[in-house]
Amino acid sequence: MTTAVLDTAALDTPTPVAPATKAPIEHIAIICSKGTLDMAYPGLILANAARMSGIEATLFFTFWGLDIVTSKTVDHLHVATVGNPSMHVPTMIGGLPGMEAVATSMMRKEMEKLDIPDVREMIEMLADSGAHLYACRMAMDMFKRTEDDLLPQVEGVISAMDFFDKAAGAQIIFI
Amino acid sequence: MLHEYRGHQVDVNPEGFLTNANEWSPDVAEALAEEAGIQLTPEHWKVITFCREDAAKEGQPPGLRRISKLSGVDTKALYRLFPKGPGKLASKIAGLPKPQGCI
Repeated sequence: MTTAVLDTAALDTPTPVAPATKAPIEHIAIICSKGTLDMAYPGLILANAARMSGIEATLFFTFWGLDIVTSKTVDHLHVATVGNPSMHVPTMIGGLPGMEAVATSMMRKEMEKLDIPDVREMIEMLADSGAHLYACRMAMDMFKRTEDDLLPQVEGVISAMDFFDKAAGAQIIFI
Repeated sequence: MLHEYRGHQVDVNPEGFLTNANEWSPDVAEALAEEAGIQLTPEHWKVITFCREDAAKEGQPPGLRRISKLSGVDTKALYRLFPKGPGKLASKIAGLPKPQGCI
């Protein structure tokens, strides 16, 4: 009778693992769904950094993110002081009149110190860099906006399905 | 690590940026540009010269927005000149480190 012997030598031999291939990112697609100042900048700055590195960038503005590319609202985005745990002020205080204005002007000043342009200029810069900007059709209908309400840098109003076509091969980031 | 560009020995980091801006020469710039698929034109030189002068003054390579504001070459043109990423390439060809800013 033969007993099956566990071949421990085989266990000790490490299984060859294929070296991780680090394929460079070639295209990023960013979905901007929030319209507060603190949520507008991250997407725009990421897209700009991508373009600076030669990475293709596609941005899709949906829901409240539409405010970032709407002519009437782009210069008046606010920092949310309520429901924003990173503000480090109690919600009740954050809700007091004037708090949002104070937080917003503070953030604008800090961005200026870092030489980061305002949102309108960021959008212009992105368009000049060859990034593609699109507005979401459903959000446009929901907020009753027309193409005339949007900044000229927006290439078109498209559906979510169109967005996925345009984002083919891209890494998608949702903000 | 050492790399030879047109007979010039220069020290580069793993990303291919020169580690010593003094080892740079126009010859090296031509070779670095070629590596990135770029044939240098007078417009490129305008950007490269600005980057080197600005970095010498400021102690750090200029970001893209700074280049577009001060060099006389605007954002659109910068992307036309350095299609594979002007943020990195302008500095690299100018023999400067990779810029730290995102703008």
